[in-house]
Amino acid sequence: MTDAVETTPRQNNILRFIKSNIRQYALLLSLLVIMVYFNFATNGVLFMPLNLTNLVLQNSYIVIMALGMLLIIVAGHIDLSVGSVSGFVGALAAVMIVSNKIDPLLTSIVCLAVGGAIGAAQGFFIAYYRIPAFIVTLAGMLVFKGLALTILGGASVGPFPKEFQLLSSGFIPGLYPSEFNVLSMVLGTVVTALILYFNVSERKAQLAHGLAEEPSAIFVGRNLLITAGFMAFSYILASYKGLPNVLIVMFALIALYSFVTTSTTIGRRIYAMGGNEKAAKLSGIKTERLTFLAFVNMGVLAALAGLIFAARLNTATPKAGLGFELDVIAACFIGGAATTGGVGTVVGAVIGAFMMGVMNNGMSILGIGIDLQQVIKGVVLLLAVFLDVYYKNKG
Amino acid sequence: MRPILEMKGITKTFPGVNALDRVNLTVMPAEIHAVVGENGAGKSTLMKVLSGVYPHGSYTGDIVFEGETRTYRAISDSEKDGIIIIHQELALVPLLSIAENIFLGHETAKNGVIDWFEAFRKTQDLLKRVGLNEHPNTLITNIGTGKQQLVEIAKALNKQVKLLILDEPTASLNEKDSETLLNLLKDFKSKGIASILISHKLNEISKVADRITVLRDGTTVDTLDCHAETVSEDRIIKAMVGRELKDRYPKRERNIGETIFAVKDWSVYHPIHADRQMIKHVSMNVRAGEVVGIAGLMGAGRTELAMSLFGRSYGQKITGDVFVHGKKVDTSTVEMAMKAGLAYATEDRKTFGLVLIDDIKHNVTLANLEGVSNNAVVDDMRELRVANGYRSELGIRSPSVFQLTGNLSGGNQQKVVLSKWLFAGPDVLILDEPTRGIDVGAKYEIYGIINRLADQGKAVIVISSEMPELLGITDRIYVMNDGRFVAEMPVAEASQESIMRAIMKSWEN
Repeated sequence: MTDAVETTPRQNNILRFIKSNIRQYALLLSLLVIMVYFNFATNGVLFMPLNLTNLVLQNSYIVIMALGMLLIIVAGHIDLSVGSVSGFVGALAAVMIVSNKIDPLLTSIVCLAVGGAIGAAQGFFIAYYRIPAFIVTLAGMLVFKGLALTILGGASVGPFPKEFQLLSSGFIPGLYPSEFNVLSMVLGTVVTALILYFNVSERKAQLAHGLAEEPSAIFVGRNLLITAGFMAFSYILASYKGLPNVLIVMFALIALYSFVTTSTTIGRRIYAMGGNEKAAKLSGIKTERLTFLAFVNMGVLAALAGLIFAARLNTATPKAGLGFELDVIAACFIGGAATTGGVGTVVGAVIGAFMMGVMNNGMSILGIGIDLQQVIKGVVLLLAVFLDVYYKNKG
Repeated sequence: MRPILEMKGITKTFPGVNALDRVNLTVMPAEIHAVVGENGAGKSTLMKVLSGVYPHGSYTGDIVFEGETRTYRAISDSEKDGIIIIHQELALVPLLSIAENIFLGHETAKNGVIDWFEAFRKTQDLLKRVGLNEHPNTLITNIGTGKQQLVEIAKALNKQVKLLILDEPTASLNEKDSETLLNLLKDFKSKGIASILISHKLNEISKVADRITVLRDGTTVDTLDCHAETVSEDRIIKAMVGRELKDRYPKRERNIGETIFAVKDWSVYHPIHADRQMIKHVSMNVRAGEVVGIAGLMGAGRTELAMSLFGRSYGQKITGDVFVHGKKVDTSTVEMAMKAGLAYATEDRKTFGLVLIDDIKHNVTLANLEGVSNNAVVDDMRELRVANGYRSELGIRSPSVFQLTGNLSGGNQQKVVLSKWLFAGPDVLILDEPTRGIDVGAKYEIYGIINRLADQGKAVIVISSEMPELLGITDRIYVMNDGRFVAEMPVAEASQESIMRAIMKSWEN
């Protein structure tokens, strides 16, 4: 009897916390469930070193664009042009490097600048002339799709020189000439340790101010899960060729955008603007400039994604980037961003992108046709947003 | 003669507020019945009860219309009986034509197919009856407010109106349009249609009304018969404001310094209708430690004045100068206005004041994020200390500063808005209706905060529609009407009667 009396309130506490934060945990759990399911369904192929490496390479450009799209959606807008812009930039890179023999590094810098300029052009109409982003970027989608075709002359251009390909097919070097990439494992361990360090120090600060809402059991469990996940991930990749260069770029960007959205004044202002633009404006926030900058940022990231994609295919095709915008936008909404703006997290968008990626990859391994894949992805998107709205109304 | 409408003992409560308390209203057939009262006296609430916006069951008391007790559950129910209400904000679709608007929801259709010829013919008839000479195909957006008002009335006529309710119909009309409208009411009266006229313009009321019901603080204080006695405007005003001032305002030691805020010859035009001047050559000054009130009725231009001063957030073609500490300052964007030391706490907290989906902490620091950050990186703990500081200083009642502002009561939301502006560290605070929709206890706390601000040597401008409040907390009052300052009085010489008189007098000029 006494035991029951003592444990019940504690269990209730944990249950209540999970209940009130179900939206955040549901996302992570769904990703886990999907990964475990596909791993079994594919007889372990999903987590094989080669496949996991491919999974990262295949999704890197979606994740990178999702970072920019998240800011746009949080600001209360949308960008339909990112697929076309990335395709256009890939084509531009091919024409510069392959046809005109311009230095790959210089080309990359020019391409990123062109991406920024495209974002600026679209952002200008959206921010300062208040033309709905849906219209401006729909126009941009058509324009840049057409321009990509034009500069490629309707044909594929390639292959790229070795050093450009390294952008997406390169791996960080191992320390010793062995099968197992030690440096990758070390890096993975360091990153894991850093994440743990930040989590623990934040927890300490919360405890010091009496703010820790999360029960200790969940905190410990969550961090164990993160550690196990990251270490396993590093180990699997290290036992193949090591960490891909793209993964490093992607992680750096995820860390940067997480930081910007949660800890900087500009991030805070974007959320405030998306939450209530009028109130933000009357609080002295330059909402026009902020919107403009969000689109410039999106343009640069779309350009980066375009470069990575072109390097991965080792050729620029007129069809590159087709439909990317849909995956990117879906990733943000699956990750909990609100269509009305003001809500959404970088981590959520990244998880959303990987959810789409794992499903794409898993279903392809299982031999499910592209037609059925689209149906399933569509249903998952609707389901994710429905659950989000459902729990929001209930909570 | 049997009355067409009797409202008996109507009581309507909102959480914490008794909006209507046993109100009685009797309207005779073919009569123009005026309902007057201060802002917040309960006029609009009463009309919403009558028209079914507040459904039967959400209030107590009886509505008897044409001898039968009615239980309206929606506007459509009252419209069926011929009770038509025309709101202050017109309910017309701007980009549809006059004919389309008149028949919106009542289309002349057979099996879902609209007979436009029939609609046009009927529209022409209706427009003739209200004396409006426009083609039925004209878009609403292309005609002036006065004519739009007439279209609304034509729409009401189309619904076989027996009792027409007009809520402040002439508030945004010029002299001539008002005249037309009032004559139309008289015309309806001769045809047996009764009207209820809600208005602040007492001169118009004494021109057309047969009887006047005066509301104050949600109760009926008087019903005056204009044919049995001569009803002077003073008589009405006295009935409107006759409440005693109780000890509802905290005392303050007045310690007034030099002028720190001045406005010279400020003029503003309407943001869309460029020829409508909303603010007409306003000049004012406020001294350190002084609380200055701006009194006026709804639509007088007070909010427009404040928002145009604060970063030109309202209007266009703005001219005039602003001085802070004797120096001319540029307030052409919100950021510059804030830099010059201004702050404006809006009357509409939910739309303009708060990010409702975000918590107290983030809202408090929104206008001064630099104050809690190093090199554009927000210091969470410093922000938390700031938010907690204001929470205890202003008495924001919530479990923690992590509470979403959307879940707070009106009084607590207002305190969050005030915290935000206090943290921005202004010299001049413009508070627009700081106690609107707040219960009495929270009002007292807000007054206390205003007093403290004055004690700190800030210049405080309070815009309020509640005259007792202005008389209770300010040092000096500007009276505003129709975009102008029509009077200025030290609070010692001001009274509700004198403010009302100044407003009424300005209408006559």
